[in-house]
Amino acid sequence: MRAWASAHRRACVSAFARLTATPLANLLNITVIGIALALPLGFYVVLANLQGLARDFSPQPEISIFLVAEATAADVRVLELRLKSRAGLAGFRFVPRAQALEQLKSRSGLADVAAGLSGNPLPDAFVVTAGAGDAAALETLRAEFAAWPKVAEAHVDSDWARRLDRLLAVGRYAVLMLAAALALALVAITFNTIRLQILTQRDEIEVAKLIGATDGWIQRPFLYFGGLIGIAGGITAWLLTALALLVFNNQLGTLAGLYGVPLKLTHLFWADSLFALLFAAGLGWFGAWLSVRRHLSAHNPS
Amino acid sequence: MTQIVLSSVSKRYPGGHDALANITLTVETGELVFITGHSGAGKSTLLKLMAAIERPTSGSVIVNGQNIGTLRARGIPFLRRNFGLVFQDHKLLFDRNAFENVMLPLDITGYDRRESARRARAALDKVGLLHKEKARPIALSGGEQQRLCIARAIVHRPAVLLADEPTGNLDAEYATEIGTLFSDFNQVGVTVVLATHDAQLAARLDPRIVNIRGGRLVA
Ligand SMILES: Nc1ncnc2c1ncn2[C@@H]1O[C@H](COP(=O)(O)OP(=O)(O)OP(=O)(O)O)[C@@H](O)[C@H]1O
Ligand SMILES: [Mg+2]
Repeated sequence: MRAWASAHRRACVSAFARLTATPLANLLNITVIGIALALPLGFYVVLANLQGLARDFSPQPEISIFLVAEATAADVRVLELRLKSRAGLAGFRFVPRAQALEQLKSRSGLADVAAGLSGNPLPDAFVVTAGAGDAAALETLRAEFAAWPKVAEAHVDSDWARRLDRLLAVGRYAVLMLAAALALALVAITFNTIRLQILTQRDEIEVAKLIGATDGWIQRPFLYFGGLIGIAGGITAWLLTALALLVFNNQLGTLAGLYGVPLKLTHLFWADSLFALLFAAGLGWFGAWLSVRRHLSAHNPS
Repeated sequence: MTQIVLSSVSKRYPGGHDALANITLTVETGELVFITGHSGAGKSTLLKLMAAIERPTSGSVIVNGQNIGTLRARGIPFLRRNFGLVFQDHKLLFDRNAFENVMLPLDITGYDRRESARRARAALDKVGLLHKEKARPIALSGGEQQRLCIARAIVHRPAVLLADEPTGNLDAEYATEIGTLFSDFNQVGVTVVLATHDAQLAARLDPRIVNIRGGRLVA
């Protein structure tokens, strides 16, 4: 156990030594990795913030129930009673057709259209505020209303929230794709870095093998090195994102001041940050592992 | 207990002729054996077969009861730790100093650092290089490099020393000293197998002599 720990310590020290042996080349590598990782990380941060905004500002979803044109006052009363007795609704209000027409007229641009109408083509309507529930629950409710007698159709008015949701889902997907592509880049970068290291340390590897080094002993410093490069790149990405947020929030602050709303993008929580770093380290390690497997096998006896 | 048994061993390098043909040879624990023969006779090849650096084309090489021809790759490092290897071309690492070169075998086995350093200095002292522990191999003479290689071979106190032309670059005085060093090791129970052209050395130490010519044993 002591020997095992000391072997790992040695590998770690040796990996650090390799990091400082060619500082410029490694710094460049780390910067490239940092920028590559900052892209998906930044996108992710913006997405997470948007999601928070959408949750905070989204009004309670409403469902409009349009009655058939020939609905009578009695029909309206029946529906009203039915809505009152329906559990799980936050509230509802009745919009008579005359009021709807007034609203239409008062809307700029549409006044002419409304004036040109002969009579009132609009139906009576109820606007229901649904209680808590996701898009699917809302849809079920809408379908239920649509099936009631004297109801022409029912609409969910929170379409914009759903659209934003869908947009965010697309965004998440894009971030995922971007992250996958750049993760591949990170793996490729460490793969190549380790390949070059193995080339320059060919003698050391050969001699070590000849005098009894195990494959594990030889590989370990390279793997640690890959992990280190990954972590360093991850930290660089995190800092770059933090810097971008700082600049962005400054701009946003002026804008928010104008509208009197507190607008501010926040960085990743520490748990997410830690995960991102570990992920980067894992990728570096993986790239190194691939490289080591590919390039160290040439040293076995024939 | 490190017995080395070769039975009907042949070695053919890829595309080459037979470097060794039908060699049967047993090296007992604690023996002092000199492998002699002309250049190209197959001395280095014989040592490489013993250390599992090459595998035999036919026949078997058995070290410590383990058949090298069938030994799995992950077993080889542990087999090699029984040996101290002095290479004909030294195989020193030129990007580190003498002390660090000698530390390598102990690093590999995961020795305690302080104990390792003590042993490394003792080994350097044995070959008369303690005052050059900070020197890089490039700054050492041919003979000094050879002695450094010997220090690295003995530092982990191996059961068997396999030395390929360990006195090749040394003047008579140092050759004698190194010869005495190997003989001292042999005295304390280390098996020593040494490939050499040096007839003088052989005459002085009175070892068992194995002569090969063109890859075959000469009776
Ligand atoms: N890696 C190799 N590939 C092909 N042929 C080889 C290889 N190594 C050695 N040989 C050949 O095998 C034969 C024996 O070589 P070996 O190195 O064992 O000789 P040696 O007795 O050690 O010679 P020297 O005294 O010059 O060191 C030689 O003919 C050599 O050319
Ligand atoms: Mg030779």
